[in-house]
Amino acid sequence: MDDKMTTQEKITRYAVLIVFAIFFLIPMYVLISTSLKSFSEVSINTMWQLPSSISIEGFKEAFAKLAPNVLNSFYLVIPATLFSAILGSLNGYVLSHWKFKGSDTLFALILFGMFIPYQSILFPLVQFMQTIGLYGSIPGLILVHVVYGLPITTLMFRNYYQDVPDALTEAAKVDGANIFSIYRHIFFPISIPSFVVVFIWQFTNIWNEFLFAVTLTDTQSQPITVALTNLAGSQVVEWNVQMSGAIITALPTLLVYIIFGRYFIKGMLAGSVKG
Amino acid sequence: MKRKHKESLTSIAILSPSIITLAIFVYGFISRSVQISMLDWDTFANFMRKAKDYVGLENYISLFTESRFQTDLWNTLYFTLFFIIGCLAIGILLSLILNNKPRGGYFFQNLYLFPMAISFVVTGTVWRWIFAPGRLPNNPRGINLLFEQLGLQNLQWGWFTSTNSFLGFNVALIAVIIAAIWQYSGYTMAMWLAGLRGIDQQLIEAARIDGASKWQIFTKILFPIQKPITLSAIIVLAHVSLKAFALIYAMTGSGPNNVTDIPAVYMFEATFRSNRYSTGSAIAIVLLMMVGLLIIPYLVNSFKEE
Repeated sequence: MDDKMTTQEKITRYAVLIVFAIFFLIPMYVLISTSLKSFSEVSINTMWQLPSSISIEGFKEAFAKLAPNVLNSFYLVIPATLFSAILGSLNGYVLSHWKFKGSDTLFALILFGMFIPYQSILFPLVQFMQTIGLYGSIPGLILVHVVYGLPITTLMFRNYYQDVPDALTEAAKVDGANIFSIYRHIFFPISIPSFVVVFIWQFTNIWNEFLFAVTLTDTQSQPITVALTNLAGSQVVEWNVQMSGAIITALPTLLVYIIFGRYFIKGMLAGSVKG
Repeated sequence: MKRKHKESLTSIAILSPSIITLAIFVYGFISRSVQISMLDWDTFANFMRKAKDYVGLENYISLFTESRFQTDLWNTLYFTLFFIIGCLAIGILLSLILNNKPRGGYFFQNLYLFPMAISFVVTGTVWRWIFAPGRLPNNPRGINLLFEQLGLQNLQWGWFTSTNSFLGFNVALIAVIIAAIWQYSGYTMAMWLAGLRGIDQQLIEAARIDGASKWQIFTKILFPIQKPITLSAIIVLAHVSLKAFALIYAMTGSGPNNVTDIPAVYMFEATFRSNRYSTGSAIAIVLLMMVGLLIIPYLVNSFKEE
């Protein structure tokens, strides 16, 4: 179709694409150039200029401050992603191929949890976590992310398994396979691509999450997103340190996006086609 | 028959960890929030002695008559409106261009989408520095400085430190809306692009041969076909805007005169900063109802279609 276009049209199109590319890159430019300035060079008057010499002072300091929180985030995200994916897969399997009376209603009730604003459960949640002794701990936060991740992971796997013909399960049943062996030998192996999509989706969402992180942790267990906002709280805002911190916070999910972009988009589209 | 029964029991057993936790974490906690919103737990003392004095809807009534909450509702309305319009306009425009597969299109597509992968907290931190670094509220520099250097002094203004408002629209929100659009317009683009790729090219070709203009093809063919996709994008974006807590928290906070406050921020401050648990819970329930008003008709509609 491209060849039918006049030169003028082509130029206009690229102009639009480039203008938006600049819009999308401005924050990246500011992030990277500021993070590579030394503290003495960080001044509002030169904020749009490139650093005169590259300094990793900011990164060093940000990393010194944030390293424990980066670790916290990994300790949180990896188990939470795994558990919510495995449970979601089992749920999706049962709800698509082992339906029982009321299972569709149950599915709707599970899905509801995906739509609620988390403010509506937040205060009772904090109290509950205090009661069971998991408040302010990473395991507590893992539990919370697994539970509130279940609706979306269940939905994603259910939609995926629904395309598997019932005849396949019926045939396996005739051969004497039970609900567990059918999952293990048929459904689990074919759903590896689906697991990749769900892993990436959950990893990104839990890494980036802020509301639970800020209300359910103490200084010891803060994930990186909370620690980043606290960097801004200090008296003198060292912008090079803050921008370095922002890059450190963004890097893991950005890498996931760069490496697994295709799966990321799949998850995004699957997560949005709700119901 | 007996086997069927046993099968259902196994199914339910597999689902039970999810059912039990969700029953508590979703339904139990929502009920608890509703209950607290009707108690008089707006002081720490009342909370501590777990007073069971029901005040009915009093917390809700005082909330809706309070100027901060009224401001919050206006802010949410305008934020949602402009955020959705911005994401749709930019996303659709970009998807139409990229759908023609221009050279380098893949690169641009990935570029427009990468903000989706990062946290609202990062977005907020960076855009705060862009719009108004330094000691606030005096004369924010940041992008104003860039305008000055480019000779565009007319474009300078207070950004999110401005307390001006126009028809209930606090203009300080514009800065936050720009940051939010930056993060989410790639999403609309991806949705539209996925839909456009599924449209039969012969249909477009036939219309073109019949002499339809590009604008006509867009309004008469593409847009109607893409209506369901657009609608789900709108629902998701509206949902995002009601929950934009992290963005506001990291970027501006509630701002002078609450110009950039939203119910989610107020809820957080009431509950976790000033021990007004009942007010906080009432705000939370209002938020839940707002989401419900948005989602339920949509869900009912999509289940009907199924």
